[in-house]
Amino acid sequence: MRLLSPKQAQRMAIGILGLATFAILSVLVFIIGFVLNKGLPVVSWAFLSEAPSDMGRAGGIFPILITTLLLPLLALAVAMPLGVGTAVYLAEYTRETRMTRIIRFGTDCLAGVPSILFGLFGFIFFVVMLGFGWSLLSGSLTLAIMVLPTLIRTSEEAIRTVPDAYREVSCSMGATRWQTVWRVILPNALPGIATGVMLSIGRCIGETAAVIFTAGSVLGRHVPSSLFDSSRTMAVHFYLLAREGISNEYAYGTAAVMILAVLMVNLVAYWMMHAFIRRRAR
Amino acid sequence: MPLFGGARGNTEPMTTPSQKQVKIAARQFSVFFGKSQALRSINLDIHAHAILGIIGPSGSGKTSFLRAINRLNDLNPDSRVEGTLTMDGEDLYQASCDPVALRRRVGMVFALPVPLPMSIYENVVYGLRLVGGERTARRSVLDQDVETSLRAAFLWDEVKDRLHTSGLRLSGGQQQRLCLARVLAMRPEVILLDEPCSGLDPISTARIEEALVSLKSQHTIVLVTNNTKQAARVADETAFFLMGDLIEYGPTIQVFTTPENRRTGDYVTGRFG
Repeated sequence: MRLLSPKQAQRMAIGILGLATFAILSVLVFIIGFVLNKGLPVVSWAFLSEAPSDMGRAGGIFPILITTLLLPLLALAVAMPLGVGTAVYLAEYTRETRMTRIIRFGTDCLAGVPSILFGLFGFIFFVVMLGFGWSLLSGSLTLAIMVLPTLIRTSEEAIRTVPDAYREVSCSMGATRWQTVWRVILPNALPGIATGVMLSIGRCIGETAAVIFTAGSVLGRHVPSSLFDSSRTMAVHFYLLAREGISNEYAYGTAAVMILAVLMVNLVAYWMMHAFIRRRAR
Repeated sequence: MPLFGGARGNTEPMTTPSQKQVKIAARQFSVFFGKSQALRSINLDIHAHAILGIIGPSGSGKTSFLRAINRLNDLNPDSRVEGTLTMDGEDLYQASCDPVALRRRVGMVFALPVPLPMSIYENVVYGLRLVGGERTARRSVLDQDVETSLRAAFLWDEVKDRLHTSGLRLSGGQQQRLCLARVLAMRPEVILLDEPCSGLDPISTARIEEALVSLKSQHTIVLVTNNTKQAARVADETAFFLMGDLIEYGPTIQVFTTPENRRTGDYVTGRFG
């Protein structure tokens, strides 16, 4: 005899799934609410627009804010052509061979490496060996390497979901492989690629370990003016304020701005993507 | 030993007694995919400015032959050919033949309408943009090409007010005519159609057939179809393929009314297939 009728099972499934969703959402809401609740009172125009003073106990976070936006931007400028290029190569230009499987396995392994190892590598390679010092350059290159695996895999998936019929049609019209990639495949894979880019930007903004070793943690009063300047990001700032017990208030203030920044980046990227899709397929 | 005799081993092409100019000629032409042979030693002449209908049950090698003409089989790395296939006397499978250049002279319409995910206008000019040069340099010239191509595909009146909406928004029949217009814009010498009406209603089918008949003065047309009646309606000559062999080839009226081979007769009258 059945324990439950299909109808009861269905109700229970809905109940359990709903509960799981609710639990996840409430954790998320709680974390964000907690940070914003503690941090937002500190956030003001002055906090956003002034340079820090007294080791971060007073003043604002303006140079830090700029560094936080600059670093992912530089990292993506390096990682995107490399990542999307690799994905195009893997998906469009090679047959499935032992070599491509090794490349794929390698990227998967790289994606699972803890970020502090990237930090150490960046420190040894960019900071010391290449002599870039603690700088935006070292930091962004390290972040670029860190997000590459994610970027490659998400882009490759996106490219593979473009229907084969488009490739056939484009080829039959006398397109070279590259013309097909450029005119048909990439525009259609863009939403998927953008997802990978957004994930990567989020990771860059939130990254602490890989950055602290490579971009340094100099608390400058000015916005970094060259690629070889050292500066700190919000995540590093937050970490140091809290770790050193300098100012809990300002730590939470920074964290609140960080969450809002990630939110803004995602919203803007989302909006841009939809504008692009609408323009193409009116 | 082949199941059926047919054209296999016969080096003389089954030509029709006519003075027409030969556009494409296959001589002992075979297509393989890996170990399996899709087409067995075909000898066939395709005449310029005529419609060749290719009929036969599925799996008979019709599509493999069609895709050999624009070398689309190349997309499958396991494919290879034997024998020769020439267009205007040039061997299409010699190293000197650039498949990209060839495909610009040979347009193809697929079984399922596949507009590229862009506007109607951009779909039509896609082939032109690939080549670039003078035909895409001036907007007015491009506009004219779009109108001419869409008119020739009997689609202009239905879409002229929404050229910049997505090609995916059209109905199935309209999409297939858009695909035809897209091919026509390239002004190809040869148009290959792979069961272009298999997913269409009778009215859309009639529109396509109407377009094809009006186009043969300018182009050489090869029409693969599962619908024998369609071949009877529009084709000047008909070839009957069966399991990779060319069984019979001749003027359509002859193939349908007094076929030389019993199996051809059985197929066109619907007794098997």
